[in-house]
Formats: sequence, C-alpha cells, structure tokens
Amino acid sequence: MSAHQDMHHGHQAGHHDDAHDHGSYGSYMIGFALSVILTAIPFWLVMGEVLSPATTGFIIVAFAAVQIVVHMIFFLHMNTRSEGGWTFMALIFTVVIVVITLAGSMWVMHHLNTNMMPHGDAGMVHEMSQMP
Amino acid sequence: MSPHPASENSGIWKTLFGRLDWSAFPIHEPILIGTFAMVVLGGGALLAVITKYRLWGWLWRDWFTTVDHKRIGIMYMILGLVMFLRGFADAIMMRLQQAMAFNGSEGYLNAHHYDQIFTAHGVIMIFFVAMPMITGLMNYMIPLQIGARDVSFPFLNNFSFWMTTAGAVITMMSLFVGEFARTGWLAYPPLSGIAYSPGVGVDYYIWGLQIAGIGTLLSGINLIATIVKMRAPGMSMMKLPIFVWTSLCANILIVAAFPVLTAVLGLLSLDRYVGTAFFTNDMGGNPMMYVNLIWIWGHPEVYILILPLFGVFSEVTSTFCSKRLFGYASMVYATAVITILSYLVWLHHFFTMGSGASVNSFFGITTMVISIPTGAKIFNWLFTMYRGRIRFELPMMWTIAFMLTFVIGGMTGVLLAVPPADFVLHNSLFLIAHFHNVIIGGVLFGLFAAINYWWPKAFGFKLDKKWGVRSFWLWVVGFWMAFMPLYILGLMGVTRRMRVFDDPSLQIWFQIAALGAFMIAAGIACMFIQFYVSIRNREALKDTTGDPWDGRTLEWATSSPPPDYNFAFTPVAHDGDAWADMKKRGYQRPTSGFTSIHMPSNTATGIILSALSVSFSVGMIWYMWWLAGLSFLGILAVAIGHTFNYKRDFYIPEEEVVRIENARTAQLAQLAGK
Amino acid sequence: MATQAPNPYLDAQGRPLYHLAEEPHHPEGSSTSLGFWMYLMSDCLIFACLFATYAVLSGSFAAGPGPRDLFDLNLVALNTAMLLFSSITYGFAMLASAKGRVGGTIGWLGVTGLFGLAFLGIELYEFAHLIHEGATPMRSGFLSAFFALVGTHGLHVTFGLIWLVVLMVQLRMKGLIPANMRRLMCLSMFWHFLDVIWIGVFTFVYLMGMLQ
Repeated sequence: MSAHQDMHHGHQAGHHDDAHDHGSYGSYMIGFALSVILTAIPFWLVMGEVLSPATTGFIIVAFAAVQIVVHMIFFLHMNTRSEGGWTFMALIFTVVIVVITLAGSMWVMHHLNTNMMPHGDAGMVHEMSQMP
Repeated sequence: MSPHPASENSGIWKTLFGRLDWSAFPIHEPILIGTFAMVVLGGGALLAVITKYRLWGWLWRDWFTTVDHKRIGIMYMILGLVMFLRGFADAIMMRLQQAMAFNGSEGYLNAHHYDQIFTAHGVIMIFFVAMPMITGLMNYMIPLQIGARDVSFPFLNNFSFWMTTAGAVITMMSLFVGEFARTGWLAYPPLSGIAYSPGVGVDYYIWGLQIAGIGTLLSGINLIATIVKMRAPGMSMMKLPIFVWTSLCANILIVAAFPVLTAVLGLLSLDRYVGTAFFTNDMGGNPMMYVNLIWIWGHPEVYILILPLFGVFSEVTSTFCSKRLFGYASMVYATAVITILSYLVWLHHFFTMGSGASVNSFFGITTMVISIPTGAKIFNWLFTMYRGRIRFELPMMWTIAFMLTFVIGGMTGVLLAVPPADFVLHNSLFLIAHFHNVIIGGVLFGLFAAINYWWPKAFGFKLDKKWGVRSFWLWVVGFWMAFMPLYILGLMGVTRRMRVFDDPSLQIWFQIAALGAFMIAAGIACMFIQFYVSIRNREALKDTTGDPWDGRTLEWATSSPPPDYNFAFTPVAHDGDAWADMKKRGYQRPTSGFTSIHMPSNTATGIILSALSVSFSVGMIWYMWWLAGLSFLGILAVAIGHTFNYKRDFYIPEEEVVRIENARTAQLAQLAGK
Repeated sequence: MATQAPNPYLDAQGRPLYHLAEEPHHPEGSSTSLGFWMYLMSDCLIFACLFATYAVLSGSFAAGPGPRDLFDLNLVALNTAMLLFSSITYGFAMLASAKGRVGGTIGWLGVTGLFGLAFLGIELYEFAHLIHEGATPMRSGFLSAFFALVGTHGLHVTFGLIWLVVLMVQLRMKGLIPANMRRLMCLSMFWHFLDVIWIGVFTFVYLMGMLQ
C-alpha cells in the first residue's frame, strides 16, 4: 500500500502535499535585487563614511534585519503554513532564544567586565592605531 | 606539581604515539589496579559467556544494529545502569574520604585523585546516567503512547545511542589510560585551560562530552519530529499523554541548549589545541564568558533532566489513583512556561562572580518565579490523588517519596535564589545538598518509578515487589541520612569539594552522611537483586494482559512486549487517556484483516561511525594526529557512503503479522477463559 | 447532528472508530524537512554563541591590531557578492528540479559550487594575509573570536560544498527521485541559511568593526 503511494509521489516531483513552496523565477529575482540593494547601501555608507558612526550603525543593523527577512521569504520560502505552522513556531522560538543569548550575554558580561576586570572597560586605549 | 610529567616521547615514537607513554598507565595506583582487575575479570567472563552460547550473531543482528526504538530504549537503560555503578562508586569514595580526613589524617585519597573523582562523579551522573536513562524512557514510550510504529528517524536513533555510548567509553578510558579532568564537572577555565591543565584529563572530558552531545542533539531533533509528525489520527496536541508533552518540551530544550555546550567546549578546545585567547587570563581572554555560556546551557539542562520525569509522575499518579489527571491543560501550560523561563535564570549559578545588584536582582526574581509553575504541578498531582482509589504499588510509592523530597529540595533552591543568601551559600555543601535533593528526589526517584511502571510492558513480567520495597526504604532513608548533614554543614560554612578538614567538630556530620551513603548502596544492591529475582521468577510474575496496572494510555493497548511493529492497525484517539477511553467504550481488538507492514532496516553505520569517533577522540586526546586525521576521513567516508544506500526498508510479510496477531488473540482468549 | 463536516473518526452510526479503513500513511521522508529545519535552528544557536563571544571580545585587542587595521571591505564586498550569487544559482537549481530537469539541476548546482569555492578561496586568502601580518587567532581575544566566527561559517560552507558534490553525483546516478528531491530541499535550506548567517557576519563583524 505504501509503496504504491510512494510511486505517486515520485511522479509529482516537486509537488508534495504540505511541502515547501518552490517559488518562481520572478520571486527569486525580486529577492536577489532586494538583497543587492540591502547589501550595497550599508557597504557604501561605511566605506564612504557618509553619516555619523552611530547613525550608520543603526541603519546597517536595520538593513541586515530586513535582508534576513527577505532571504527567509524569497529564498527559504518561509511561511506560517508549512508543516502545520511548526516551522514558523520553531523559528520564532529560536529567534527568542538567540536574542536572550546575545542580549543576556552582552548585558551580563558588560556588568562583569565593569566590576571585575582589572581596568574596567572605560577609557582604556587598546587599539594599536590609537597608541601614542 | 603534577605527579605525571609531560610525555618524553621524541622522534618516531612521538609521531606514532603522541604524548602517550608508559607513565599514562597507573601501575602505582592500587585502587585502579584493583578496578582494572575486576573489569578484566568481569568483562572477560561476559565475553566468554557470549562466545560460549554463540550469541554474537544475535547481539549484532537484534541489538547492535537495530533501529527499533524499543530495543534502543532498553540499550540506553542498560548503559545508564552500568554507568550508575561507576558514578556511585565515586560517591562512596568521596563520602569515605570526607568522613576520615580529620585530626591530621589525610584520608586515603590524595588531591590528584580526589579531584578526578568529584569531577568524574558529576560528569558521569549527568551525562552518562541521567541523560541516557531519560532518553531510553522517551525512546521506548513515546512512539507507543502516540500510536506510532517507530520514531521519525530510526537510523539516527541508532546512531544517537552509539554516540552516547562512545562518549561513555571515552570517559571510562581515562580511568586506566592517563587521567580525567580535575576541574569539577563543568571545567571552568583558566584551570581547564592548557596552562593549568596541560595533561590529557580535560581533553578526555571535552571529547567525551562533544561526542555524546552530538548523540543527544540528534535524539532531541528525532523525538520532536516524531511527536509532531507521527501522532495517531485524532490525537491532537491537547490529547497527548502528559508524558509526551513534558518530553516534547524537554527535547525542545535539548535542541535549544546543547548547541551552546558544543560551542563553548569547542572554544575551550581551540584555546587548548591552537592557543587562542577566548578564556585565558591574558591576551584579551575572558574566563567569565565561559561561565556565562556554560550555564546558558547548564540551566536548561537540569530542566531537560526533570521534565520527562514530571511526565512520568503524572502518568503514574493518574494510573494508580484510577483517575484522570487533574488540570491537564494547566499542566501543559506550566510545562511550557517552565520551558521558556528556564532560559531566563542561568545567572543564579554565578551570583557571586560580580555582575552587581541590578543583574543579580533580575535573575534572582526570575529564579523565584520559575518555582511557581512547578508548584502548580505539585498541586495538580495532589488533586489527582484526592478522592482517587490509590494503589500503593512501587511506582506510586516512588512518586509520593518524590513529592516530599523534591518539594524540600525545591524550597532550598528558592532560598538560594536570594542573592544575598547565595553569597553565603554559593559553593557550600548547602548547594550540594540542594541539587542532590532535587536530582535524586526528582530525577532518580522518577526513573525508579518509571522502571517499575514500564518494566512489565517491556519484558512481559512485573518486578518483584518485596525487593523493590526494600530498595525503596533504603534509598529514601539513606538519602535523607546522606544529605541532611550536608545542609547543616553548608549553613555552617563548609565549602564543597574539600578533601581534608581542620575542624574536628564537623566530623560527626560527615560520618552520618557516609552512613547514609552506605544505606543507599544497600538500596542499590536491593534494586539489582530485584532485577535478578524478577528475571529468575519471571514465570510467576508474568503478565499476559499487556495492561497489568489498568493503564490509561496507548502503550497498554499492546502485548507485553509489543510486537516489532507496535500496532497492527494504527489506533484512532478520541480523547485524552486514549486507552482508558477505549476500554470504557467497549473497544474490541480487530482479529482479522491484517496486511504487511513497512519497516526500516537494520544498520551497522551507527556503531561504525561511533567507533571511528572514539578513535578520533583518542587521537586528539593523545596528540596522535595521524589517528585523528585518518579517523576523521573514515567518518566522512562512511557517512557519505551511507547516503548512497537508498534501500533502507523492508516489509514484514502479511503471514508473519497474521501469525503474531493470532497468537495475541489466543493469549487474550485464554485470559478471558480463566 | 448539525450541518458540520462529517467526523472521519465516527462510523455511519456515529459510533467511534478505533481504526481507520485505510491505514494512515507516513510517507518515507515525511519528517525530513521538519527534522532538518530543527537541526538548522540548533546550528543558529551555535552561531549565536559565536556572535555573543565576538560581541564580548570584540574590543579585546591586547594592544594588537583591530578591525580598522585589518579589514579590507572591498574583499568582503566581493565575498558577499559570491555568496549571494551562489544563493540565486541554487534557487535556479531548485526551479530546474521542480520542472524535472536533471541536467539543468546538476548544472546550476555546479555553478553554485563554483561561487562557493570562490567565496572560500577569497576567505582563505584573507585569512592567510591576516596571519602573515601577525594577526593570528592567538594574537588576541578579538582575533580568536573573529577567526572562530568567520572560520566556523567557512567550515559550514566547506561541508556544504562536499555535500553539493556528493548530491550532484547522486543526481547523476538516480535522477530526481523523491529521496534526492528531499536532499536538494535540505541542502537548499542549509545553503540559504549560510547566506543569512553571512548577513550577520558582514554587518556585525566587518561593517560595525570599521565604524568603531
């Protein structure tokens, strides 16, 4: 019984029920174009020293976040329906844990460094280029 | 000063043997010589028996290469029980040492040994006893409880088991060749860095855990996919047996936490092998980052350990009170909340490292909050018992012991969650008492409950109750006798991991604790006697119903043991407690219409890859680079070669299914006729 | 009963069915996508740890060279382009496989592999240059973290390329059978995921590094 159904699956290569979408030529090109733009602008901002470092930093992080979403949608065909919503839920859960790991570690380590490291983290010059 | 000088190999010997030389063999250590003799004799006897009765073929075909989740589950349990003996031996040695080392006596263990013993005790108990036994339970029971025939990835299941075993083999090797880490079970740098632990000990630790960790991670992925994808028709998420829910959350924690351990140990090994500066004292390293990352793994790990056992307690309470679990939905939500919150408390393991008041307060509060959903679970169990018809079989006895023991351990945890209190109690014996209280009271008592509960399903006969009760009382009384003194000592300020003591007034507490440990040893002996007696008397203890406890979930719908394919026809679940529902509605087991069943084939790839992982690790530990390199290439070749095998399944023929099912029909008819 | 869809678990008389007439079927490989996705999520967490370590150690130069002394953004831009191109060509391979064209699939996979090799080649060149300048992984915490993060990504790309070659061989041998389609899907997820990680790398390591 099951072997029979496997053969049907084989003939319909690429059209499994509840499988990922495969996108289309058009959607891949849109994703590609968006990615190029979202990459080129941050590189230009930094290499050309166009805006202040703080503003630039904020913009490039925002662009990275958007580009990740673009990749998820246009290349990974992320949607809320695949695998009954479990794929999306796994992604959200992972994002939450990643944020906790990154933000938590940075917060904790910042405090630990300030309180416990020999020179704290304020004012000490460590870059070769800034040595007298 | 290390009594083991750095290797003096040179030239061709250095290339061949790395830093392995004769000094790696502990010929001057009487305890190790004695242990080795026992291992050789015992192991040799076992190999001789297997050879004499020509069991190698059967072992290879039916066990080592099996992809059947039930057999893999049993192998995990055997691994855990064997390693438990080693871990407990370490415990007895420590108790003896600490009871003796007063009034100028140095005890019988020098620091070089003592430090390895407490390190090995922790590593083995967590990674090679608790984790395998929990994985074994989940492996055996989850497919049966959801009405499936096997897990989603049967080959990966076999591979995961052998990788865990490989990790245990690597760790055990350190007993006879070289040494183990002397850093404590989490191996904090800078002590575990190459400068302060240049020997092989920490490398044994790292590779043992990395190899076993791969197995655990893949097992987590496997079980999540199984629970999500392989449920019987009608079994929606809120009709899952509660054991499956808690296991799902535990496996989610595994997938979300073990990568952190992999990364941290990877960075530590880079420091040791390459000379990087992640956790060094100089060159811009930061040892505190190791502590931070390892506990981001470590706290979810303890919830990985306990959540499945909470599920066991729920199943046992419901079954032995003949009552539906009280507050099923709230149990599910409590479990989910615990899962999320377990990621927000990790800093409570290092309040004293100096992160300051704001950080400590945040984590202190989250730690106190996480005890609330657990408290909700306790109430649910109590409400299930209320007005139930309680049967004091062994699983229920262990559950009640858990409720009393674990609650007290949990309360001391809430006490430790208060940062100012923790500044006094951190790394004292109070901490040791707390975590043994919750791990023994929660995890171990849960494992014993599960073993007594599910043994009849796996083997077709019950465990002897008399020896079980003896084991129970010796364990419970022994546990309190062993650990109450440690609470007192901790409150008095005694630090953990001490080998020798100056203050003679403390000795009496250590002696009482040692007595408690010996009581536990007697309890363990009674448990193994229970296994032996039960196997010997299996005909008298036989159960042919498949449902000796009047169970409520689908595993009890099968014969004991279940056939290879679990269910001839996949059941449909109409309600939670599906089997109880089926019995109530007068379910009739079908006796005809059986067809052939599609099954996955055995595989040797898992054991081969794991063996190569062991040789790779030996090469890395002993700096035998040719061995490590060849093993790694071998792993790649075997893994890639395996993917060229597309034919990994077979069919159990219809006649075989009919024969098995007819035998079952006859068995049930005989019972009805009685 | 009201006008609801018929309950498939009740028989014609409304009594509960305990077994369905047609055995529910879990097609071989039906769990593979979800399982592989879970693996990718766990891989995300490994990278999260490496990013966190980099964040904590990114200022620990030990009086050695920092990002401004070392990074060549032109090279990084070229690298990023190589990886992005490889993502789009993998997409073309997937489209070819959906149309059942084995030759097209293998061809586009090959192009993807070439872009991937270019990425690795440029990255190895960059590493060699850094090491030659004395900016070894052992020089400082910052450099240890840099090499670990970027190097782990490169290792993943390497394994992806080995997998890609093996898959090309298997497609040549067996064609677009269901098992190979599943493998294409998994490698697709893996490959795009590596590009997602790279977005994080070039943003937080290279671009932010130059802004300090």
